[in-house]
Formats: sequence, C-alpha cells, structure tokens
Amino acid sequence: MSEYVLMSGNEATAEGGIAGGCRYFFGYPITPQNKIPEYMSRNLPEVGGVYLQAESEVAAINMVYGAASTGARVMTTSSSPGISLMQEGLSYIVGAEVPCVVVNMVRGGPGLGNIGPAQSDYWLATRGAGHGDGRCLVYAPYSVQELHDWTARAFEIAERYRNPVMILADAILAQMIEPCKLQPRGQPPPLDKPWAIGGDSSERPRNIINSLYVNHDEEEAVNRRIQARYDQAARDDLYYSEYGDEDPEILVVAYGICARVCETAVERASEGGVKCRLLRPISLFPFPSEPLAQWAQLAHKALVVELSMGQFVEDVRLAVEGRCPVELLNRTGGNVVTPEDVTQKLFDMAAES
Amino acid sequence: MREELFMAGTGGQGALLAGQVLTQAVLEKGLNVSWYPIYSPEVRGGTTSCAMVITDGHVGSPISGRPTTVILMDARSVQQHIERTAAGGVALVNASLAHEMPPVSDVRIVEVTGTDIAIGLGNERTTNMVMLGAYIGLRPVVTIEELARALEAVLPERHRRFLDLNIRGLQAGLETCQEATDDT
Amino acid sequence: MSKSTHIDTDNMEAIYHKPEAFTETPMRYCPGCTHGLAHRLVAEVIDELDIQHRTICIASVGCSVYAYEYFATDATQAAHGRAPAVATGIKRVRPDNIVFTYQGDGDLAAIGLAEVVHAAARAENFTVLFLNNAVFGMTQGQMAPTTLLGQKTTTTPQGRSIERGGYPLNVCEILATIPGVAYLARETMTSPKRVMHAKRSIRRAFEAQIQGLGFSLVELVSSCPTWWGLKPLEALKHIEEKMLPQYPLKVFVDKVSQASEAVAEGGD
Repeated sequence: MSEYVLMSGNEATAEGGIAGGCRYFFGYPITPQNKIPEYMSRNLPEVGGVYLQAESEVAAINMVYGAASTGARVMTTSSSPGISLMQEGLSYIVGAEVPCVVVNMVRGGPGLGNIGPAQSDYWLATRGAGHGDGRCLVYAPYSVQELHDWTARAFEIAERYRNPVMILADAILAQMIEPCKLQPRGQPPPLDKPWAIGGDSSERPRNIINSLYVNHDEEEAVNRRIQARYDQAARDDLYYSEYGDEDPEILVVAYGICARVCETAVERASEGGVKCRLLRPISLFPFPSEPLAQWAQLAHKALVVELSMGQFVEDVRLAVEGRCPVELLNRTGGNVVTPEDVTQKLFDMAAES
Repeated sequence: MREELFMAGTGGQGALLAGQVLTQAVLEKGLNVSWYPIYSPEVRGGTTSCAMVITDGHVGSPISGRPTTVILMDARSVQQHIERTAAGGVALVNASLAHEMPPVSDVRIVEVTGTDIAIGLGNERTTNMVMLGAYIGLRPVVTIEELARALEAVLPERHRRFLDLNIRGLQAGLETCQEATDDT
Repeated sequence: MSKSTHIDTDNMEAIYHKPEAFTETPMRYCPGCTHGLAHRLVAEVIDELDIQHRTICIASVGCSVYAYEYFATDATQAAHGRAPAVATGIKRVRPDNIVFTYQGDGDLAAIGLAEVVHAAARAENFTVLFLNNAVFGMTQGQMAPTTLLGQKTTTTPQGRSIERGGYPLNVCEILATIPGVAYLARETMTSPKRVMHAKRSIRRAFEAQIQGLGFSLVELVSSCPTWWGLKPLEALKHIEEKMLPQYPLKVFVDKVSQASEAVAEGGD
C-alpha cells in the first residue's frame, strides 16, 4: 500500500488539478472546500503556477474566463452558494467556447443552508452554465481516488469540447480521507492554441474570444455547433459503472456519495436474497440514458437514492420512460442516507412485489 | 472483517486526530479504510465526530447508520450517539466525563476513565489517545506499535514534542481496557 | 478648394491617417459621441508605443461593446462590469502582453465597481480606459452612478434627486486612495488642447503598464448627445459647464514620472 497516501477529497482534487496540468487557480473561500484553495496557494507557486484569491466568486469565474481565453489550463472550486454566483461567468465561457474546470463541493441549501453534504445542485450543475442554451459537462466522482483522477482528466475533456467541465461532489467526499494513489504532476500543453489570445499576434490573424452574436442566424449556428459537441461527448465521453447482480429484481440508481452507500446496501440486500443492480452514472451530462433503459427493461422496479428533494430522479425517469416504476429514497438539508436506510427500502420494495 | 467505527467528542478533545492516527495505521497495515469528519459550525467547542470504515474487503459506504463500535468522549456525545451502536456492538465511554448511560439493549458498554488517566499522565489533552489505546484493546485491528508509527506520521510538526506523551496515553489506555475487558 | 487642380498625392506627406491599431470596420457610434475620438487616442498610443501585436483589448458591455471589432489586436469581450477580472486572468497568464479594458460608467462604476477597485488594490498591471458620460447609453439613457444631481435620464424623469438616486460617484477620487495604483488621471476631450492632454495621459497609463508599475486608469469625461438631448457642440459645452465641476480634471497619481526621475537621478 506504500504507493497510496491518505488524503482528503479536497486535497486529492487540488493535486488532481496540478497533475492534469492546471497552473492557474482563481477562487474565493467557502466551506466545505477551503482545503482546495489552501492547497493550491501552497503548491501552485512550486510548479510555476499562479494562485489568486479573488474578491468574489463572480470575479473568480471571470478571471478563469480571462485565463482560459489564453489557452491556459485553469480551474476554480467552490460550493453551492458560490457556484450560483459563477453562473454568469460560466454562460460567457460556454458562449465564448473556451475550456475550464469548475469543482462544486455541494452543501445543504437553499440560501445559506449549511455545510453538510447534499446533492441538491444537480439541476444547477447539469442544466446550469447560467442563461442561454449552454451547459457544463458534468462528472461525479465517488471516492477520493476518483476525485483526484477525474479532476486531472477534466482538463483534457474541457479542451476537447472547448466547454467548461464541472466536477460535482459533496461535503462528505470533499472532507473524507481515503488512500489515494497520486498521478505524477503533468506538464500543461503549450498555450499556442489556434483560437487563443495572447503572445505575439504579428504572424497570425488576430484572435477574438467573444460571445456576442447580434445576428440571430449566427447565434443559432453557434448554439448548434455547441450542441454538436455535447452530442459527441454523449458518444465519446459518457461514463458509468455497474455493481451487483446480473439478473436484478431491483435496479438501484445513484451517483457520487449515494452510490457508495448503495454499494453496501446492494451487497446486504443480495445477502438477504433480494437481487439488485446498481447503476452509477459518472457523467451526469451527458447522461447514460441507454444503459439505464436496458436495465430498467430487465428489472421489476427501480430505486433512486439521492440527497435532494428529487432532482436526479427526473433524469432517471426520462431515461427509464415508464419501463418500470421508479421510486425515490432521499434525505436533504445536510442529512445522509445510510446503508441501513437503503437496505430496508430494498427489502420493503421486494416484499411489495 | 468490516469494522464501522464512530468517534465523538467536544471540539478540542481530539476525536478527529485519534481517528486520523487509526486511519494511517490501518493503511500501513494494508487494510482498506475511510475516514469522514462531521463538524459543528463552531471552530472551537462544538461537537465533532468522525466515522471510519475498516475492512479487508470493499469499503463501499463510508457512512454507517449503525456503527459496530462507538467511542464517546463526553456526556453530550453519550446522550446523542450511544443509541446508534449496532446490535451486538461496543460502546467505549469516557467515564471521567459521562456518568449517566441512556438505556440501550444488546450493546456492550465499556467504561474507561480516560480523562483521569490522561491527567495522571500529566496532560488532559491526551484523553483521545487513552481512548484509542483502549479501543485497540477491544478491537485489535492494529497493534500499539502500528499506532505509534502512525502517530509519528500524522502529528503536525509543531506537536512533535507531545509524541512521547501520546504514546504513553495509548499504552495506558490499552492496559486499562485490557483490565476492563478482563473484568467483564 | 473646389477648383479641380491636379494634386500630386505621391509626393505629399501624410499627416493624418487611420492608426495601424484600427481595423477597417466602421464605428457604430452616434453623431457627436466621443467614444470614436477616445478609441482613436488609444489606437495612436498603441501605434506610437509599437505594441499592437502584443496588446489585448477587453471590451465591456455598453456602447463600446464592439471595441473588439475596431482595435486590430487580440481581443475578448467581458460580462457587464467584469472586464478587470477578465484582464486579471489574462495578464496573470500572459504578463508580457499589454492588456487594456475599455469600460463605460455603467459598466465600471455600477455593476463592476468591486472588480475595478480590487484590481487596483492588487496592483494588477493593466490599463483601464474609463469613459464617463454620466448615463447608460446602450440601454437607452437610464441613470448611471455618475449621473449629475438634477440630470434628467429615462429613469430620473424629474432629474436625479438625492432622495431617490443618491449622489454621483467619483471613481478616480476613490481609486486615488489605493497604493496599487501607478497612474490615475481624469481627462476630457472638449478642445484640441484637452484632446492632446488626454492622449498624453493615455500614453502614460500604457507606459506604467509597460514598466510593470501596477494598475493604471484614465477617466475620460465624455459626451452623450443622444441621451443628454443636446447637439454635439452643446454637449461639449455641457461637459465644461456641468460635468467638470463634479468631475474635475486632474492627474491623481503618476508613478511613471517618479520612476523616470528616479532613473535620471540614479544616472547622475
């Protein structure tokens, strides 16, 4: 185990950014993710990078926009109220077609809420990127190791689609400590992207990073171009994992921390004679609708487990399209669902059929 | 083997640090482990707790509704959390600060005068190590030598001077608990 | 002049031409608006300092939103008020590029006040061109933070009152208290002399950036004949008579001079 180090999700995320070639970080403190900016403030200067504490999340995301316009690998991290403030900047980043990585360690809400774990920013993450037709590509790790690996990988995905990638986790994943195998610190690619501003523009056409298209047809063409990238991501960068029985009675659907809880519950239900399959979307947008629909065809019923009043469940129902009934087990406000809760629910559902 | 441990106390009692030391020792031993802190909003003096899963298999849920062992370091923690203990589980209680036990069934309560022992060693702040030493007396997931090595790795530089004291705390806890275990 | 005499243009010296730092795109400003003149001064300075191919223009939201179409440099366009934050991001990656934002008073003094103040506090090494015409132009003439007391706008139909609209905000006077500011001046363009003085300040601001001295800003007290309801020349008179008493012309901070004096003294 010596290649593993104990790390919090926050630290593993920060180190994942550096491993992924991120050299620019602009952020604003908010619990429960403050260990990320603290880590970046110590470590980025060591690799020749820049850490800057902005005056607000509004400013931070616009600094990200500026840095992203130069082709640099740049990220910011925050938690729910801060992510609300970043929506304006995200919309410009999507519209201007520049890549960046944003991490949201979701906390209880609405309003100031609390610093407990939650998944109640699902809509904000998957529908968000502010106003307009744009969206973030959203990936939801479920362990400290995955936070590290997905954050590192996110930069490449963001650059492939010239679109922000959001890493969506929660207060538990942010603060929990687990063994993590760290990736080496990768070198960022050169800044000379054909679309990027900066450097010497004397030997090339000048570049403009912009999201203003007053001509309606031109704006529509941009929207269709961006959508085509999302369609491509649905083919090439769709990720999910599966766990449990091959011939399930009940299909369990959960992401992030809830998928961890469900793994243990599925094992226990299985030991108790109730066959379950856990499908865990890792990419939330694009959403793994097809595998979900296939399992829903086989199972008698489905259970969605999430830490919100019922946001993720809507995407599951859209994917399942009535192939089987879909039930919701949820806690909110910073509370968590336990394996005992889920196991009991699975036994109850099995007993009903 | 799957041990689900929950440890709670007042902020400053060191429940989180004790959990981290154990986590480090478990990692070094080659077992799978997760550690998750739960803070109250106050930086000092609120309730703090941590949840750990120690297993030779897949960790799965880092959260447990019914931990197999709870370590409760003060009266408030006992009142709030002793009922969570799984049927057949163990509640290890700091009897120096908690005198009344809510009624629980099918839980073995082990009382250790952690704070008194720590004061006897010269520093009340090593109560967490006394309780951790007692814990490995009850659940030998790691040895005291492994905990001592983990302490070295986990203790921040500025607290290195407390290393000896902490190891003596672990030792005293372990001995006390072996006695307590022998008694029951 | 009207007689058709032959003019030998080949042997004439060009004394006035389109700056290299301008594109061929015609500007869309209203007749009598001073944005075009302000743009020209910036473009001339870019030419004179020979920095066109390492300059990045950040357009803001307002009448000057199309600045990226007019300046023949790399460019980006920022959300309302956020240009100093975007400039910060760019400059931190590309410290060797010359970065300037071009912002109006709605953009900079209302929604973007936090961004500009904090950029100054961090001594961010870029230049801000701040056009103050005391009105939201592009959104059709609403009150701005810089609107004068008594000034009629589409949202102060009776004139700005203290009770309803509060006091005009003097941005330069606020920024002058911040140590991170390297060059800070308020200018106007109501006469050839004032135009030349404004250009000198703009050049100084860019020089401050080139020398790495920190944050620089030039406020240009400007006219908006359209929303002031005045003819262009009346609007310039309005600047002299009404605007300047509220926004007096001044070089607030000039560390470029201090720096060159220090160099000169060091040379002795």
